[in-house]
Amino acid sequence: MNETPTRDDTSRSEQQARSSARPALTVRPLRHPWRWVCALVVLTVAAAMLSSLLRNPNVNWPVVRDYLFAPVTLDGVVVTLYLTALAMVIGIVGGTAVAIMRLSTNPVLSGLARAFIWFFRGTPVLVQIIFWGYLGALYPTLQLGIPFTDVVFLEGRTSDIITPFLAATLALGLNEVAYAAEIVRGGISSVERGQTEAALSLAMTPAATMRRVVLPQAMRVIIPPMGNEVITMLKTTALVSVIAGQDLMTNLQRIYSQNYQVIPLLVVAALWYLALTTLLSLPQAWLERRFGRGHLAASPSMWSRLLGLRARRTAKEA
Amino acid sequence: MSAGPTPPDVVVRAVDVRKSFGRLEVLRGIDLQVPRGGVLCLLGPSGSGKSTFLRCVNHLEKIDSGSLEVAGEYIGYRRVGDHLQELPQRKIARQRTSVGMVFQQFNLFPHMKVLDNVVEAPIRVRRESRAEARAHGLELLERVGLADKAQAFPRQLSGGQQQRVAIARALAMRPQLMLFDEPTSALDPELVGDVLDVMKQLAADGMTMIVVTHEINFAREVADTVTFMDDGVVVESGPPAQVIDHPTNARTRSFLSKVL
Ligand SMILES: Nc1ncnc2c1ncn2[C@@H]1O[C@H](COP(=O)(O)OP(=O)(O)O)[C@@H](O)[C@H]1O
Ligand SMILES: [Mg+2]
Repeated sequence: MNETPTRDDTSRSEQQARSSARPALTVRPLRHPWRWVCALVVLTVAAAMLSSLLRNPNVNWPVVRDYLFAPVTLDGVVVTLYLTALAMVIGIVGGTAVAIMRLSTNPVLSGLARAFIWFFRGTPVLVQIIFWGYLGALYPTLQLGIPFTDVVFLEGRTSDIITPFLAATLALGLNEVAYAAEIVRGGISSVERGQTEAALSLAMTPAATMRRVVLPQAMRVIIPPMGNEVITMLKTTALVSVIAGQDLMTNLQRIYSQNYQVIPLLVVAALWYLALTTLLSLPQAWLERRFGRGHLAASPSMWSRLLGLRARRTAKEA
Repeated sequence: MSAGPTPPDVVVRAVDVRKSFGRLEVLRGIDLQVPRGGVLCLLGPSGSGKSTFLRCVNHLEKIDSGSLEVAGEYIGYRRVGDHLQELPQRKIARQRTSVGMVFQQFNLFPHMKVLDNVVEAPIRVRRESRAEARAHGLELLERVGLADKAQAFPRQLSGGQQQRVAIARALAMRPQLMLFDEPTSALDPELVGDVLDVMKQLAADGMTMIVVTHEINFAREVADTVTFMDDGVVVESGPPAQVIDHPTNARTRSFLSKVL
């Protein structure tokens, strides 16, 4: 509009000038009254369920109390944690190697990686655990030597070498390699091609490029699903009770098969797994921040989102 | 390859370089030379193969035939009798130390601070001590006017600042040759000048450079040779006064009329 300003326009701009001289307006975040209503309903239902469980005589809480911190339970907890840690270390180290093989231009390496992932993702982990546990039925003795020659370095009975704990570690670890490999591969693929090219153009070798440039950036994408894997692994270790893997579940099962207090001992198991998974999910947020360096800020925590604290705090700062 | 040994004052020599992606022949026999200290500006329409050629010069792409020598070495290959034998990655990496490259999208490492971006390769590849690399790195950041940003992360810088860091990072390897692939194309117009100034200074200091650019004024001012490429071949090449101001080829003329 190219018209000359009318009187109306002039008076409006005067008004604006006057209003901007007033103290700044405060900004109020949107209120969420329904959140509070929902929270109240949820809490009520939860309290009702909890109290019915607590007052249920079939749970037999005295038994729960007796076994919650019994030495046999604590021994099992230690083995469970140890097994989880070992399997995840095998999984992450092996998975990174398999992921890099899978992305290699060498067809032998990528074919091998593909076959590995195909097999270990394609069979139930329970079957794999039983297989390792009963390896002696397939190969009664094990030899370490050079194939197709008579050279043998080591030889022994399978049941002596592959203890239930080793069988459990191998089964869970190798299975995890396959899943971790896919997670790491996704992370590597998420890093822009330009990063690799920049590193190569700086005369870095492909190995150094992977280690110093690509993997640190891939971490940002790898860590959240890998955190899930740790939680899943902790719970999956319960399966090794089928080969008497000495973990928490094995020990509690052995007890309830003798005293028939199945429910209280399962409650003990559930409480411990819940406590351990809670504990294990704590470092994740820290790791996500650490590897998100140079990127946008991490998203707010569940609590601050739930209570709208963030919005209020920023409003106050403003 | 029948052209005999490369004279020592020639840094880049391409002879009949050919390259296809599948059935698409992108480079169809490129011949060019850049003498030591020379600045060659490569012009041409989008898709004419400029980036591909630049990437062949430091073996980010393999060539199909012809030969490409940088400082007397076949980049990516070793001459065995009458053929070129591809080298393993480690050896290619060693050859690349003499060639620096600057990309359109900067490609700084986002997880490293500015100074760490600059010293990473000198420390890992050239085995410089940390102190030596940092001193040189700060000196280079000073040269591109960003010494005060040494401890910032790349995201905290403007595009123009990021590109100047990328130039410093490439220079930290003490290259004999610098390749620039449209270094200012991703920048807001007001940030282009700072980057071009750094490149002009570099040229004045005697660096051998190949610059793919659409900045005709930069080419006119800085280039010793302007080479116009179209459809995978060199159409016209010569001093800027000739190629930019008095182009003889119709394709060059039509391209220049669009970008000027
Ligand atoms: N990696 C690739 N795979 C297939 N085609 C490609 C690839 N890189 C480039 N090209 C094609 O090669 C041609 C030349 O590309 P490029 O060298 O990037 O041109 P310019 O830099 O001159 O714009 C284009 O047609 C492009 O699509
Ligand atoms: Mg290009």
